[in-house]
Amino acid sequence: MTQQSPVAYDSKIEGNIIFTQMDSAINWMRSNSLWPMPMGLACCAIELMAAGASRFDISRFGAEVMRFSPRQSDVMIVAGTVTYKMALAVKRIWDQMPEPKWCIAMGACASSGGMYRSYAVLQGIDHLIPVDVYISGCPPRPEALLDGLMKLQKKIMGEHSVVDQKKALLETL
Amino acid sequence: MTAQEVANKIRDQFAPAITGEVAFRGEMSFTLQKPAVRDACRFAKETLGFDYLLDITSVDHFGDEPRFELVYELYGLAHGVHLRLKCTVSEDDCSAPTVTDLWPTADWHEREVFDMMGIRFVGHPDLRRILMWEGYPYHPLRKDFPLEGKSSEIPDVAFSEVAPLAGGPFVSSPTEGNTQVREPRARHAGDLAKPEKFIAEP
Repeated sequence: MTQQSPVAYDSKIEGNIIFTQMDSAINWMRSNSLWPMPMGLACCAIELMAAGASRFDISRFGAEVMRFSPRQSDVMIVAGTVTYKMALAVKRIWDQMPEPKWCIAMGACASSGGMYRSYAVLQGIDHLIPVDVYISGCPPRPEALLDGLMKLQKKIMGEHSVVDQKKALLETL
Repeated sequence: MTAQEVANKIRDQFAPAITGEVAFRGEMSFTLQKPAVRDACRFAKETLGFDYLLDITSVDHFGDEPRFELVYELYGLAHGVHLRLKCTVSEDDCSAPTVTDLWPTADWHEREVFDMMGIRFVGHPDLRRILMWEGYPYHPLRKDFPLEGKSSEIPDVAFSEVAPLAGGPFVSSPTEGNTQVREPRARHAGDLAKPEKFIAEP
């Protein structure tokens, strides 16, 4: 099996066994069951709801399980204007999410403060928590959110954790 | 009861304390001395039937003395009459009596006035900030507070930073022309030497 292809396929034992790497398998599972923590703070949340409804159907990407408990969610979708007062709650919920976790900043306000150049609004959620994907728009259409989700899936597919752990283990031996 | 009858009764009761009076489109506004405004509120509620406190707001007359003005918007559900009571608050004695015991809804209105303008309400049961977080050091709706804010920090709790305005704040000019001319991103956005470069079609 070459490094370029994450999956090997042997036609002699077709249909029963696929050889792959642990990282590839884990990433494949993680990226196709991204349970979002919906942090709907403003009008972007309406588009987030639309992305969850039948026309756009975010469940096609395995991300339909909107968990209102941070302990069961993988990706926080910050959809809307983050005021300084709400930022305290957003940070607290982010800290309660278990690793590995990702963050999507949905829309202009969550990405940069948007049009709210004011004393009351945090100028981008990346001041407080690390953001993986920024989505432009005010608000972004559901397609844009789905595109951002696919970008995040692509990013997760490129991550490697078991390889690093294996290396670290070998070094200790 | 009409607005005129209400006004007459207020005048009869509080004539020495009334410092100003405005009638506009059938609505009466009275400016009273600060010590009398609570009594006037009680009288309006208990005798005149103003059972609904619509709002308490505050005005910052920055540069004038007294600096602040409190406005109580009253309404009677039974007779449908509006009444506005005002009083001035000086910056040195930046407080006013609470009316939370008359109308429970005054609780949050007074908290908002305190948070945004810094007027303390004596006797309020729980005078905390309501929009900004506890420990924020400023009162943002005061005229001498900049729109972009000031930086503040409580370690491990909260912070705020100055928002980038890029020459703003956002302005709209009443002139001829399309939206890009009337509403530039800012009057002096970016290059101060050539502010017009942000206007696509002058």
